Amino acid sequence: MTKETELTVVDERHAVDPAPETPTTGNEPMRLDHLDALEAESVHIFREAAAEFERPVLLFSGGKDSILMLHLAMKAFWPAKVPFGLLHVDTGHNFPEVLAYRDRTVAEHGLRLEVARVQDYIDDGRLRERPDGTRNPLQTVPLLDAINSHRFDAVFGGGRRDEEKARAKERVFSLRDEFGQWDPRRQRPELWSLYNGRHRAGEHVRVFPLSNWTELDVWQYIDREGIALPEIYFAHQREVFQRGGMWLTAGEWGGPKDGETVQARSVRYRTVGDMSCTGAVDSTAVSLTEVIAEIAASTLTERGATRADDKLSEAAMEDRKREGYF
Amino acid sequence: MHTPTGSLLRLATAGSVDDGKSTLVGRLLHDTKQVFADQLDAVERVSRERGLAGADLALLTDGLRAEREQGITIDVAYRYFATPRRRFILADTPGHVQYTRNMVTGASTAQLAVVLVDARHGVVEQTRRHVAVAALLKVPHVVLAVNKMDLVDYQESVFAPIADEFAAYAQALGVPEVTAIPISALAGDNVVDPSRAMDWYAGPTLLEHLENVEVDHDPRHCAARFPVQYVLRPQSSEFPDYRGYAGQVTAGAFRPGDEVLVLPSGKRTSIAGIDRLGERDVDVAFAYQSVTLRLADDVDVSRGDVIVPADRAPEVTQDIVATVCHIADRPLRAGDRVLLRHGTSTVKALVRALDSTLNLETLVRDPGPSALHANDIGQITLRTAAQLPLDDYADHRRTGSFLLIDDADGATLTAGMVGVPLGTAAEG
Repeated sequence: MTKETELTVVDERHAVDPAPETPTTGNEPMRLDHLDALEAESVHIFREAAAEFERPVLLFSGGKDSILMLHLAMKAFWPAKVPFGLLHVDTGHNFPEVLAYRDRTVAEHGLRLEVARVQDYIDDGRLRERPDGTRNPLQTVPLLDAINSHRFDAVFGGGRRDEEKARAKERVFSLRDEFGQWDPRRQRPELWSLYNGRHRAGEHVRVFPLSNWTELDVWQYIDREGIALPEIYFAHQREVFQRGGMWLTAGEWGGPKDGETVQARSVRYRTVGDMSCTGAVDSTAVSLTEVIAEIAASTLTERGATRADDKLSEAAMEDRKREGYF
Repeated sequence: MHTPTGSLLRLATAGSVDDGKSTLVGRLLHDTKQVFADQLDAVERVSRERGLAGADLALLTDGLRAEREQGITIDVAYRYFATPRRRFILADTPGHVQYTRNMVTGASTAQLAVVLVDARHGVVEQTRRHVAVAALLKVPHVVLAVNKMDLVDYQESVFAPIADEFAAYAQALGVPEVTAIPISALAGDNVVDPSRAMDWYAGPTLLEHLENVEVDHDPRHCAARFPVQYVLRPQSSEFPDYRGYAGQVTAGAFRPGDEVLVLPSGKRTSIAGIDRLGERDVDVAFAYQSVTLRLADDVDVSRGDVIVPADRAPEVTQDIVATVCHIADRPLRAGDRVLLRHGTSTVKALVRALDSTLNLETLVRDPGPSALHANDIGQITLRTAAQLPLDDYADHRRTGSFLLIDDADGATLTAGMVGVPLGTAAEG
């Protein structure tokens, strides 16, 4: 490992040039690797938000980014319990393995979980199914309603700036108006590590502790920490059909259509969202090490490879963000 | 894409509009294999639509539609790339509008700043502003990238005087380390791969320098600081009496047994133990780790307090003289009542006086401005409603900095640095 080589170099440097004026007992290298640094920054953000807001909530889908967030939150407040609950905006198009994981996690750690269901909105007519069948864009209304009814003033989201160019300019503390909208003009410059969470009544702040992580960091950290993930993140046999260059799972939400043929393939998921628009990738990776190797060799971005909703237009994410999406 | 295993480097770029900054950033991303096929497809498509001959790498860092439509600029975009040696976070600040405020924001967290100049024009007024901001924000390393060397036939006789002039200016401003590199972002010379056209240059490529520059300050040399973020009291059956102070070490190192003061109260105690994110009783906590300190005595400690070594404590005061960069579109005036955010503490503050504004090109301080406007750098005097443990920004970036906030709507007004590091008073 290159990492060990680096640490050895640091040791030699300190052996040659010990700091004279500060009494120290150990010679341990006082240096953080990139995962340590990202972890420390995320924990700092969680603690800031927990201290500055009255009613925070963590968005939890059972996807890897939300699992990572919960892991970091538990570390941040150890040995106390995480001082906020979870919110799942449920599209109704869930992978059963992911829902099972969600419920297992909530029970194991004694967490509070609120679920806002897109299906309820469709059933009573407040939302209508889109022609393309995807429900990801439909999550915004139930999300904003849940924020209002529970009076959440801070919402932890797993968004990362490396995901998409509208996210590259997102703040760690992102102010939303009383309609949940993101106004680029009202975003506050963030200097040093001073996060300004002040807001007026009715407004809330989205907090993004993973802002500076990349997809690869997430996987490396999950590997290092031994965090368990839902099985669908690893290669498995699945009945899939091809649409828009992606492998979609066959199911009642609109596929396969005429001319699309179902076949069994060895696939895994890079992201987990609405089943109708989240694609699997061909894979033989059954371990984290193998997943990391595949990602490092991948030529497509995470969203480009697996999210039909981001292919709608060049500014698809930007538009959804402005309306109050995650 | 590479699998990084080393440390994290935060850098900021600065350049005027036509210096080729977007091309340089695009080149860094592209040549370190951070650009994926779908992103490159998009760039090629847009390049064709705009009638360009080849893929314009500058488009990789193109702005949002909202910015184009509204004619605004969101201050900083963050880019990520990695090599097997290091992970990089690049704060990419737009060069045209709101320049000073953007660069101040980007530089506030940067360990290294890359300043671009056009080889044909050399050091210009804008370059002096960039260096002054880097010096003001105490960015420890500055790289001068002399770009467009392809347009001056890759001549050393063009590069050398620019590098000399820049280094002299930066050092006069107190920038501790300056490295000059001749590049062509467009042709790829000395960005990631060594140039074949500049045999006379024996130094590192830009990426090699970024990979190898020693940026970690040694916590052993620095007075330790620990702003308390959150008090952890589980009151559980397993931890009935646990009381820990959660926070991030912003400088130096703490060990169990260290004699410490809790500021601003000044109560003295010692560190009973340090827990790190679920790991009990670690030997040391050092700068930028997030940890939990347990104290030996039952002293009153809450969010906003700062724990410091008993023998290296900062001054505790209600009177602040600071250099500020005004951020908000509404101006700052003497007599304004604001909130001041320092570390994890927020207190009321009064702007007692606007002492001067600093001209970033001449470094002359003009006394007695009637107001500070967006992008102004100035010196101000503040009085706070409560005592604060303040470090000089020159010694401690994290505990020497603060924000002024509008109490009415929560807007961030002004970024402040304790002390007055730059400039000379205007004559007469």
